[in-house]
Amino acid sequence: MTNKAQIEIRTSPHAHSGADVVQIMRTVALALLPLAGWGVWRYGLSAALLLLTTLLGCLLAERLFNRMRGQPSSLGDWSAVITGLLLGLSLPPGFPLWMGLVAAFAAIGLGKALFGGLGMNPLNPALVGRAFVQAAFPAAITTWTPALFDGRFTNPVPSTLAWPFLRPDDIGPWLHERAVDGFTGATPLALMKYEGQSIPLTDLLMGGGAGSIGEAALLILVCGLFLAFKRMLDWRIPVSIMASTALFAWLAQLFDPSAPGPLIMLCSGGLMLGAWFMATDMVGSPMTPLGVLIYGVLIGFVTEVIRLFGGLGEGVMYAILLGNAAAPLIDQWTQPRVFGAAKARTSASARKSA
Amino acid sequence: MSLHNPHIDWQTFTDGLWKENPVFVMLLGMCPVLAVTNSAINALAMGLATTFVLLASGLLVSLLRHQIPKQVRIATYILIIATFVTIVDYLIQAISLELYNALGAFIQLIVVNCMILGRAEAYASKHRVAKSLLNALGMGLGFTFALLCLGVVREVLGAGSLFGVDLFGSQFEPWVVMVLPPGGFIVLGGWLLLFEWLRERRAAAQLEKEAARAR
Amino acid sequence: MSQAQPDSLQHQTPALRMLVTLGGVAMLSGFLIVLVYQLTKPIIEENQRLAIEQMVFKLVPAASIRRDIELAPGLSVYAAYDEQGRLKGVVARGAAQGYADLVHLLYNYAPDCDCIKGFDILKMAETPGLGDKILTDKAFLANFDYLDARLDGEGKQLANPIVTVKHGKKQEQWQIDAISGATVTSRAVGKAINDSAQRMLPLLQPRLDEIRQIQPGQKPSEQQP
Repeated sequence: MTNKAQIEIRTSPHAHSGADVVQIMRTVALALLPLAGWGVWRYGLSAALLLLTTLLGCLLAERLFNRMRGQPSSLGDWSAVITGLLLGLSLPPGFPLWMGLVAAFAAIGLGKALFGGLGMNPLNPALVGRAFVQAAFPAAITTWTPALFDGRFTNPVPSTLAWPFLRPDDIGPWLHERAVDGFTGATPLALMKYEGQSIPLTDLLMGGGAGSIGEAALLILVCGLFLAFKRMLDWRIPVSIMASTALFAWLAQLFDPSAPGPLIMLCSGGLMLGAWFMATDMVGSPMTPLGVLIYGVLIGFVTEVIRLFGGLGEGVMYAILLGNAAAPLIDQWTQPRVFGAAKARTSASARKSA
Repeated sequence: MSLHNPHIDWQTFTDGLWKENPVFVMLLGMCPVLAVTNSAINALAMGLATTFVLLASGLLVSLLRHQIPKQVRIATYILIIATFVTIVDYLIQAISLELYNALGAFIQLIVVNCMILGRAEAYASKHRVAKSLLNALGMGLGFTFALLCLGVVREVLGAGSLFGVDLFGSQFEPWVVMVLPPGGFIVLGGWLLLFEWLRERRAAAQLEKEAARAR
Repeated sequence: MSQAQPDSLQHQTPALRMLVTLGGVAMLSGFLIVLVYQLTKPIIEENQRLAIEQMVFKLVPAASIRRDIELAPGLSVYAAYDEQGRLKGVVARGAAQGYADLVHLLYNYAPDCDCIKGFDILKMAETPGLGDKILTDKAFLANFDYLDARLDGEGKQLANPIVTVKHGKKQEQWQIDAISGATVTSRAVGKAINDSAQRMLPLLQPRLDEIRQIQPGQKPSEQQP
């Protein structure tokens, strides 16, 4: 009867690592900066303007929706910064700025604010924004420009500065003028799928031919590993996505030697960016260790299926969105057994198998 | 209610337009709402066709309301509604083949729009002809208004035109998603959000006024 | 109110009364429908005729007279004549799977050059902005200025099947240069025309001379409004 009152009963977590949401988000945003820098170096002014547009657009949208819902500003939690950067990195470099702004508002509005803000969003906001503009402007989002062209820091790609609501000019003549050798405007995956051409692996690793601003496999790996070591992302997610993608690609190649191999599948079409930075979104991914593996394998499998059989060349975006949507279900399936409740569970599973 | 009410009941008319709007409040007839609102003219045609069926079936059901035995009333209503849907089908074909092709199967599907059977069962079978007609007209115009709300937004963004008239010139970049099915859901959600917000604000203002009066 | 005598209705409604009601309403319905059908029938037929005619004459600009010819059960083509009664083109239907759904089209076979000249889409659900370039892309439409459709020696099939090739790979007159970025839809156009022409032309060719003769009842002079 002496000091019973001192025992405090609380739910987990009991030991806190000290890292809170703001700190994690800030670190993730920091880890995205090298990618953004590399993208700007390769694609020049257009990429810089686009990244800036999506970033500011997301911050603006976040503030606007805060205000509409009568909430205090949530700009300080850095999540809108991450969404803006990720969104920009996943778009083609010559994407018109006004469409980037539409994407940013779709990302924050449809992807996040609608569900109640950070922590409530079932889908990755950046991907929702990208999916929206993919559906709205299918032509602009599949128009790719070459990297490292001359004068990229002084002259943006003409399509970048299209007037709001107006169609960007055809960049064909502009490309012709630059006379970029061998540039066809098709992504490596599309080249393989529709033309049967392959692309040197070094190009893929550094982000060579046509692609989104942030498609540089090697750099993503480095930045992602940094976050994994800081325990700011669950390493099981990217590892299981990459392993399953590689496995399915290898299987596909057994049946059809002309299908792209595991290395190409891993290094192309934003798979790396998606696996390390988008699928690992803490809100949209499952929580249990087994669930995380199932989630990763599901994303890898869907990506492979879309790339091999779908009408689109790429498929990571839809695969991750599907994985996000399935995450709550996966969590429910893979609830760890409550200590001492073994019997109830086995009888339940026995009934299921009967 | 007295048998001879010289006063026309406007309430039953305006309810359908706003307070009991079939789309924005009751969320009925979602299939045509989402499917044929990819342009303003389609939305208008669909709304008017539905209004015609509502009016005609409401008239007939109300006229026959004492003659129809309860046991076969649903079958009778469906028969009446189907008749007028078929008539509308022929009429639209005669007016414009292009419009008919654009609306596709959704004209025939007016017959399964639960709003129409709902009106017949819940209102026309229990009220006098004039009232039933007013109610049907209110509901029909409310439905048309809602379809137009969706159709206008989707056509302006998705095709850069309104009722087929080009608004922004040839350089306009259409938002393809808006004329595709997802656009229907997104725009409907947007309108629902807006109207719900307005309604809430009005309710809050009402409460405040009452509170002030009580004080 | 209407519920004045609900009890009497609910308890005992003779079956005959139900039958009479349903039958009466059904008769009224039938009468109304037939009435409207009769009234609108000529207008609808006129509309349909105009719609087809518009498309046929758009494909064969020189023509002003149209005749329907049934080559085989279920396979009809429209022969288009100019004012002097000369056969200018034969318009047939085709369909093939596109990106989203079947692409239905009409194409014009010109007997004078033994080639396909022009096509028009009846119905498609291709992605706006990408797939529908097949109607606007000038380079793609240029394929149909002259598209070789000669039959082989036996007259059983096309000498060279019409195929869509990748953008920039066109070498022969029977090949269609695809639009880059809309390859699937371009292929659907080629396949639709090829499938239809392979079936239609062998049936059409033997009857061409007969078709060239405009039927006596359809003198050009009578066709003028």
